[in-house]
Amino acid sequence: MTDDHDSVYDGLLGEDDSHWAFGTSFEDPLAGVDTTIPDGADPATLATYCLMLGDDALVYSHRLSQWASNAPDLEDDIALANTALDLLGQARLLLARAAAADPSAVPAMPEGSPVPAEDSLAFFRDEPAFRNLRFVEPENGDFAVTIARLLVFSTYRLALLERLASSSDPVLSAIAAKGVKEVAYHRTYAGRWFVTLAQGTPESRRRLEAALPLVWRHHDELFATHPVEADAAAQGVGVDPAGLAGEVGAVLDQVLATAGVERPEVPSAGPVAGGRGRDGRHTEHLSRLLAEMQSVARAHPRGQW
Amino acid sequence: MVTTTALADARSVAAQVTDPEMPMLTLEDLGVLRDVAEDDGRVVVTITPTYSGCPAMATMRDDLQHRLLDAGYDDVQVRVSLSPAWSSDWITDRGRRALAEHGISPPGAAPAGGPVVLDLLPTRRAVRCPRCGADGVRLVSEFGATACKAVYTCGACLETFDHVKEI
Ligand SMILES: [Zn+2]
Repeated sequence: MTDDHDSVYDGLLGEDDSHWAFGTSFEDPLAGVDTTIPDGADPATLATYCLMLGDDALVYSHRLSQWASNAPDLEDDIALANTALDLLGQARLLLARAAAADPSAVPAMPEGSPVPAEDSLAFFRDEPAFRNLRFVEPENGDFAVTIARLLVFSTYRLALLERLASSSDPVLSAIAAKGVKEVAYHRTYAGRWFVTLAQGTPESRRRLEAALPLVWRHHDELFATHPVEADAAAQGVGVDPAGLAGEVGAVLDQVLATAGVERPEVPSAGPVAGGRGRDGRHTEHLSRLLAEMQSVARAHPRGQW
Repeated sequence: MVTTTALADARSVAAQVTDPEMPMLTLEDLGVLRDVAEDDGRVVVTITPTYSGCPAMATMRDDLQHRLLDAGYDDVQVRVSLSPAWSSDWITDRGRRALAEHGISPPGAAPAGGPVVLDLLPTRRAVRCPRCGADGVRLVSEFGATACKAVYTCGACLETFDHVKEI
């Protein structure tokens, strides 16, 4: 019997073109999955809803990946990179689900381009077409800001995915059920670090207390229901985020109490040009993030390597 | 048409393909290989990802295709199944022994379903050092070299080792 993995160089030297990176013809993460639209669901609503949750994961994944080689120590470097990778995986599935539900949502590519639909959505949509929360856009800041943001985001996403596991769309349901297991680890990681920073040194506590109001400015946005979210919930495929506020608040209060930190009282960040992230209205942080994330793909729309 | 015998052979070929990141495990031992069946004259292999972002999925699919092609099956389709989600409970006993023999601590029982309860205390697991068998081990990080592993250090032999996480 031959060994498929004799040497890591075999994959580089061989004919295998399936290695996972932009421009390689890696395969559809939903290959063979039945993507029929469930009864009572509108394809465009389902697709936009998947883009919202997929874009949250994609943008936040890219942001967290910027900690790679910059974290305070190797263990946290790896933890944040793993968290980013989990979210990237969720983003791939959600963008692929959006593309299957409504192919017209996928940007047109030049003829002969090998770019699959999920990549086209990730790298060839302009900023206003992104439906992510502004909550995930800001620069990472220091480690305390990163932990505070990850705590709030993973608490919110875990509550959301737990409910989404009952979606009438079997694909979304499966993606959510898988995501629950992953995001549970993210919340645990952030929660433990939050308590550690609060009870660590005066400097770590000072930084954490400075971080919390920065993150909390966008807190209300998580629970502001967009019409597409309301429709998706009414159709049985999605979750109304307004219904998550109580549970998310209770978990966050539990962490804050353990840490001995007060819930911040800060004014909520208002809409941008009359809209929110779910409407495609974003902060300037997203344009810089997308410029970095999309530049290589856009420079080589037919690229293969 | 794939005969019953040929299908059994295809199944045993697929069952021998190994995981690219933990090559001491076959995809069958890892619990990723869910089914090998016939559909309209082609061999259909069904696999389930361990983690949503598992970068090894494409390699697993390729390896399955290539190995079955080498064995004479020229019409093979590898399908993804997302539900039920992969659980570390699906790692076989043979897989667990192979992990331990290669210095990787096998997972305990996966958490039961239901709402995920917040736990701010250090994770408690009955982990033993796969090298010396000591139980005085310390969790270094819940995140390791691949998505599915945590990192521990043994207090007796001082070696660092991987533990496959319960999920
Ligand atoms: Zn030991």
